Amino acid sequence: MSRIHVTTTINGDETEYLCEAGETLLDVLRDHLDMTGSKEGCGTGDCGACSVVVDGRLVCSCLMLAAEAEGRAVDTIEGMAQGNQLHPLQQKFLEHAALQCGICTPGILVAAKNLLERNPNPSEEEVRYWLAGNLCRCTGYDKIIRAVMDTAADLRGAA
Amino acid sequence: MRFETPTSVDQAVALLAADPEARVLAGGTDLLVRLRAGQIAPSAIIDIKRIREMTVISQEDGGWRIGAAVPSAEMNEHAALKADWPGVVESADLIGSTQIQGRATLAGNLCNASPAADSVPAMMAARATARIAGPDGTRDVAVEGIPTGVGKTSLEKGELVTSIFLPAKPAHSGDAYLRFIPRTEMDIAVVGCGISLTLDDQGKISDARVALGAVAPTVILSQSCADTLIGTAGDDAALDALAAAASAEAKPIDDKRGTIAFRKDVVGVLAKRAAKIAITRAGGKTGGET
Ligand SMILES: Cc1cc2nc3c(=O)[nH]c(=O)nc-3n(C[C@H](O)[C@H](O)[C@H](O)COP(=O)(O)OP(=O)(O)OC[C@H]3O[C@@H](n4cnc5c(N)ncnc54)[C@H](O)[C@@H]3O)c2cc1C
Ligand code: FES
Ligand code: FES
Repeated sequence: MSRIHVTTTINGDETEYLCEAGETLLDVLRDHLDMTGSKEGCGTGDCGACSVVVDGRLVCSCLMLAAEAEGRAVDTIEGMAQGNQLHPLQQKFLEHAALQCGICTPGILVAAKNLLERNPNPSEEEVRYWLAGNLCRCTGYDKIIRAVMDTAADLRGAA
Repeated sequence: MRFETPTSVDQAVALLAADPEARVLAGGTDLLVRLRAGQIAPSAIIDIKRIREMTVISQEDGGWRIGAAVPSAEMNEHAALKADWPGVVESADLIGSTQIQGRATLAGNLCNASPAADSVPAMMAARATARIAGPDGTRDVAVEGIPTGVGKTSLEKGELVTSIFLPAKPAHSGDAYLRFIPRTEMDIAVVGCGISLTLDDQGKISDARVALGAVAPTVILSQSCADTLIGTAGDDAALDALAAAASAEAKPIDDKRGTIAFRKDVVGVLAKRAAKIAITRAGGKTGGET
């Protein structure tokens, strides 16, 4: 069976890989490209730990075939910090202790960043609905919501 | 397994017609789960998202044609579509999480043929039709003609849905969809109800469509429910009759998500509430009230 050659853009860099038709984008990110920031919590679209942004849309990379990424622009957690400079959301997550074990954190950060890009002034309810597909078994969610709201307020102040 | 990316409907039809074991991939939110669980082993995956005409929402004859590859998130961002068919858009907006909505399509929800599919009762109430392309050409079929049983559709070999059409909305009309789930997000409907109705100049309901989800092997389009509304002003007596008719029509199963008695009761409650929302929306156009 011949493997599929894919050319795509990941975090702004043109990237090529070979994949099987049945491999997911998450499989390729983690196992071929050594980008292990996206996590596999469930593999069935329920937990959001594998969240990435494809052509501006938040999706579960466990429910997208790697071959589908041809010609698309994929953004992952690895593209969030600029070198040692954390993204404001990452900084706030540390300040608010919005993570414990951290397995849900990359997915939540990617999802929250996408929300704030679309809506710089979300209500708490909007944040909670937006992140309803990101499960966290540790924090009880409250600190996560506070961190996102606080980041949004800061970014608005800075703008 | 092969991965195919046709760029025209004809190519997609040819691929499907040549290979009965091939499967259409739209958003993949059902297909990939089943593939990964080993429940299906297709010979080929036909990704329809590179077929340009299937990726757009366009106006047609006063209504809306929604390409079979359009994700529900895009419908939700379309203000004019939402203004015409808020119930249909809300039903698609209930599918899964933000992440799922970034991929899930109306046509995929329909072709997956789950009795609990959220957008299907809303589409049926709206008199939506599915455009089907196949080796013999194109045909339009009412949405209720597609699912024939749990996981089964009336699509023939080589056929696929290319778009869903929501007709022009008549004046003084409103639609609504409600479902019951134990939490507010991310769950499969225990019961769902879609209603679309039209008021006449006197504020009486002149036309109504009522569809009940998750209470039978396929979504029920209920004439007896519609009849309780037609000719009334949607007063309490009519709504009580609607609830009773919905409970009587429902033929649910007992499962971990709900008992038969619970589902029969809740379908009546949801029908009543959905009717009230639809009437408010229809009246809003004439400046009337509930
Ligand atoms: C975490 C999670 C939560 C979910 N929550 C909900 C929910 O709340 N409510 C709900 O109703 N559903 C829910 N679903 C199910 C699923 O998201 C929906 O049914 C969705 O609308 C499927 O659309 P899709 O484009 O992803 O379909 P796909 O997975 O691409 O396809 C589904 C099926 O239809 C076939 N198909 C797709 N498009 C066509 C076409 N154009 N012509 C012919 N056949 C076609 C495919 O071959 C496949 O068999 C959920 C799924 C997940 C993973
Ligand atoms: S791993 Fe993708 S949603 Fe859980
Ligand atoms: S911090 Fe452990 S799952 Fe969220």
